[in-house]
Amino acid sequence: MEFRSDLGRVRGLGSTWMGVHHFWMQRLTGIALIPLIIWFVFAATGLVGADLATMKAWVGRHYNPVLLGLLIIAIYHHGQLGLQVVIEDYVHNEGVKTASIIVVKLAAVLLAASSLFAIMRLTFGS
Amino acid sequence: MAQPNRPLSPHLTIYRPQITSVLSITHRATGVALTFGAVLLTYWLTSATYGVDAYASAQALLGSWIGRLVLLGVVFSLWFHFANGIRHLAWDAGKGLDLPTLRATGWGVVAISIVLTLVTFMAAYGAAGGG
Repeated sequence: MEFRSDLGRVRGLGSTWMGVHHFWMQRLTGIALIPLIIWFVFAATGLVGADLATMKAWVGRHYNPVLLGLLIIAIYHHGQLGLQVVIEDYVHNEGVKTASIIVVKLAAVLLAASSLFAIMRLTFGS
Repeated sequence: MAQPNRPLSPHLTIYRPQITSVLSITHRATGVALTFGAVLLTYWLTSATYGVDAYASAQALLGSWIGRLVLLGVVFSLWFHFANGIRHLAWDAGKGLDLPTLRATGWGVVAISIVLTLVTFMAAYGAAGGG
């Protein structure tokens, strides 16, 4: 027996009005991270103990700043979506839950923006 | 709020740990650990913009024994979450959901994440002679 209205079913937004957006973004960023992580770990193992000049040269080389930027965006987007679910599952006080999610999301934006700005400074110098 | 006095279904603690349930909670735990790893990545990147001294202290911190211990945890979390995440994507496609396959891929994830962690650490520190 179908309890939902035809319109509700067609819209597919569910009880949260978000539909599958959270689920889909988690998968999309996860898939994006597969090649990005392989690339980054490969590069990072070569940068252990590198001095600042070597590190800067690597960050700014060819497509490295683009890939690093995409890595940062994918990591923080994926991470804040995951932390949101963990908070929703374990924090039962409505106020604390909402406040925690807001802090996580804003911190993710702050850290991602700081990282992107750092990548640009290291690439263009200053 | 008063707790209603009603019977509850058996919860987590009553079950024997199994490879499926243990890996499930490990996926979540490593995910949380990796958000800390992301902060370390941001710290490493931003420290470089503050000049030679700030970058040197970041390198010293990450290269200290406690820094390497933390990085070992982050790298293991990364490869575990990576391998088990691909397992999750296969489930999303409706593949590998029967119990024998679940157990086989589960142990496979454990083996792969340990091997990749060792390979990563040997690549990072082995060639440089522990430097």
